Amino acid sequence: MIDLLTIFVLAVFVGFEVVSKVSTILHTPLMSGANAIHGVILVGAILITGRAEGGPELALGLAAVFLATVNVVGGFVVTDRMLEMFKGHKR
Amino acid sequence: MSPTWVQLAYLVAALCFVLALKGLSTPRYARLGNLVGAAGMALAVVTAYAHGAVHNGPLILLAVAAGAVVGVPAARSVKMTAIPQMVALFNGVGGAAAALVALVEFVEVDGSALFDVATVLTVLIGAVSFSGSVVTFLKLQEVMTTRPVLLPAGRFVGAGVALLGLALAPAVVATSSVPLLVALFAVGLALGVLFVLPVGGADVPIAISLLNAFTGLAVAASGYVLGNTLLIVAGTLVGASGTILTRLMAQAMGRPLANILFGAFTAARAAAAG
Repeated sequence: MIDLLTIFVLAVFVGFEVVSKVSTILHTPLMSGANAIHGVILVGAILITGRAEGGPELALGLAAVFLATVNVVGGFVVTDRMLEMFKGHKR
Repeated sequence: MSPTWVQLAYLVAALCFVLALKGLSTPRYARLGNLVGAAGMALAVVTAYAHGAVHNGPLILLAVAAGAVVGVPAARSVKMTAIPQMVALFNGVGGAAAALVALVEFVEVDGSALFDVATVLTVLIGAVSFSGSVVTFLKLQEVMTTRPVLLPAGRFVGAGVALLGLALAPAVVATSSVPLLVALFAVGLALGVLFVLPVGGADVPIAISLLNAFTGLAVAASGYVLGNTLLIVAGTLVGASGTILTRLMAQAMGRPLANILFGAFTAARAAAAG
């Protein structure tokens, strides 16, 4: 448990550090990109559904897989579209 | 414990996420950063499937395919002006997924008290993030008014619901009761709505950013529930960077964060006093 806590604390500092110098124009894409990254809950959803033995657990697990997939693919695609728009602006 | 190759793959994925956030903070590497993040996600998901999908493999693939069929066209066809509410919606479904994962794990596994605490946190924060995001979506989509909504005695309703949550959370940890956890989920949903209703139009994106950080924390807490380091790292990264980003966004708009979140309350109080 202490191992997990150590990982948590270190990740907090990395998270603070990587975005501390972001330029204003990138606020929304960064938010959207971070949004796609927390779609990693898909990994958790797959793991619990892979253990489920039918019944409500299976149904809820599959619902979680579906929702998390929407989060992941939608998040990355929408971020890419936003950044594509920026590139067009500069030229 | 997972086999070494799984742990290594998760480590590479976590590195990809850090690089993605770093890239997204500089205009030059932003697009590359997003792609690196997507690659890390693909690696993580394929690894989880190969290692974890002992049962129900085809059904999982079907659910992933359904999610892609819904998510990709939605993200491709959305109008540029409607992107913030789309992000809010994606954020909301992520929060709901985290709450569901914790709920299922709670039903299946009889864990320690610490496990129960992490479950309670995931379900509560995930529910807040889900319902809060749905309300921000409705506001930006102008399905409902974008003006701050003040319920009569809203502060007391909010405080009451929050107290109910504070009472339920230890009860769930003490009894490991599934119905109580479901009740806590409902309380979280109510809290999310009450939290976003008083936020006014121009401040809604900042509320979305904060809810985004919330979902990150919910995912991190679910990582404790499942004992999965990748979920902890990625969720915490988003939670921490999202919090900083929320502050930066508020600063860029020249508004202290507390004003935005509680502005409507204080305005109402000032109006009542004056």
